[in-house]
Amino acid sequence: MSDTTAVKPEWQRRTTRKQLMIWFGWLVLVAIFVACWIYISNRTEWFFVFDAPRIAADIFGRATPPRWSYMEKLWGPLWDTLNVATIGTVVSLVFAVPVAFLAARNTTPSVTFIRPLALFFIVASRSINSLIWALLLVAIIGPGILAGTIAIALRSIGFCAKLLYEAIEEINTDQVEAITATGASRAQVMAFGIVPQIMPAFAGIAVFRWDINIRESTVLGLVGAGGIGLQLQGSLNTLAWPQVALILLVIFIAVIISEWVSALVRRAII
Amino acid sequence: MSEGQSVADAATVSRVWRKPPAIERPWLRYGLLVLTLVYLYFAVGSYDINWERVSQGMERGWKFISAFAHPDFVSRKSDFIEGMTESIIMTVTSTVIGIIISIPIALGAASNLAPVPIYLFCRAIIALSRALHEIIVAILMVAIFGFGPLAGVITLSFATIGFLSKLLAEDIEAMDKTQAEAIKSTGASWLQWINYAVQPQVMPRLIGLSIYRLDINFRESAVLGLVGAGGIGATLNTAFDRYEFDTAAAIIITIIVIVMILEYSSSIIRGWLQ
Repeated sequence: MSDTTAVKPEWQRRTTRKQLMIWFGWLVLVAIFVACWIYISNRTEWFFVFDAPRIAADIFGRATPPRWSYMEKLWGPLWDTLNVATIGTVVSLVFAVPVAFLAARNTTPSVTFIRPLALFFIVASRSINSLIWALLLVAIIGPGILAGTIAIALRSIGFCAKLLYEAIEEINTDQVEAITATGASRAQVMAFGIVPQIMPAFAGIAVFRWDINIRESTVLGLVGAGGIGLQLQGSLNTLAWPQVALILLVIFIAVIISEWVSALVRRAII
Repeated sequence: MSEGQSVADAATVSRVWRKPPAIERPWLRYGLLVLTLVYLYFAVGSYDINWERVSQGMERGWKFISAFAHPDFVSRKSDFIEGMTESIIMTVTSTVIGIIISIPIALGAASNLAPVPIYLFCRAIIALSRALHEIIVAILMVAIFGFGPLAGVITLSFATIGFLSKLLAEDIEAMDKTQAEAIKSTGASWLQWINYAVQPQVMPRLIGLSIYRLDINFRESAVLGLVGAGGIGATLNTAFDRYEFDTAAAIIITIIVIVMILEYSSSIIRGWLQ
């Protein structure tokens, strides 16, 4: 009002034109959101949703107290879960390192051919959730922790390689030049000029991914790929809610511990 | 002086330079090595691999890989289109809801803005959201709200809160204090202070994180169908169960393409904002 009469000019953060553009952007965003919400709402049985608080209370009532005696059957699957995550991470790192060196602009043998190929490999690995990989591998090599381990490894290659190649691209070139100036071979430049610079990043990425993988491997059992998720699936299918409660509690504690370990290791490195 | 002496001593022993070890203390270095080897021995020993089954599967694996050469988009066309639409719509809805809820939680979880009780409460929400895997949340939500995309939307919104609030709160904690003080000294109210001192500083990061989360939510929405929470996952699961690898390959290719488009456009938008 004040800017039309120009009696009392008031400070404004943006020009009128810019302000209108921003308003328009918001309008489009809200319109999209409302359209999406109508779609979701049409596909929802609202009767069940209104009943949800009662159902939730009912499930909670059935699930407490957790069946503590079931714990003795969980140690084995828990050990499997740990192995799936750890071995999966190790295997993925073995493959992620060469892929990262092929994808980094400053170390790739060919920017036009090999780099796009490596980047595509990274995106493909990253866009497929480890559960889908597990689904696929269970169909191919049968249920068990091997399928889970390979699924975790396949998903992690893209993640680790992406972070690692970004770290390689950000290295200090002075050190590389200094090593090159001594007459070092390509492999020696790699070993003494590049590798020491990315070592902290590498260790950080490895521990970070291991932490994520612990979380992921707890649910792989749902599709038959071993670990504690198998017990979860069995308990859910038989509606054994006290067992479900115990398993969820165990998963929660395992995730908290792994996060704590990973934070500890990362702090020790940096 | 003594350092120079020891270097000279070392030089007389061997003139070849060696790379210093990554872990200085030898007992720790070898101790960790031994522990790792022992762990690997037991871990690998616990694998019970049925090689016969694996070698049988190789043939099927090859069939799956060759299916990528001729993906089948048409024979399950209606399921395919419906599942993909549902996945995309779930992604958008849950990202928007997640952002709206996570902004106040991020403000509460920033130690330089919030009083201690609110800080602890918001941090507890974040920890809970981050510790539970999406699929586990989805199972519970399907049990409570029934089958369908709403359970998926709630799951993804909940997961978005943990991710976005944590990173945004860290950004708020790292903000420039002088700007905040300058606005405060003009006598601004709390809301004005947030709007003019905090918001402009964290906005670029918030937008970047939101786009990144959109990308993650899409990828996650593709698996929620496995437990009945809507999206393309149900179709994918059926395709695998029936060994219809052509259809599975088509779905996977579509997911990869959409993720690539999202990633590409997010880098454009982020470049455009800066």
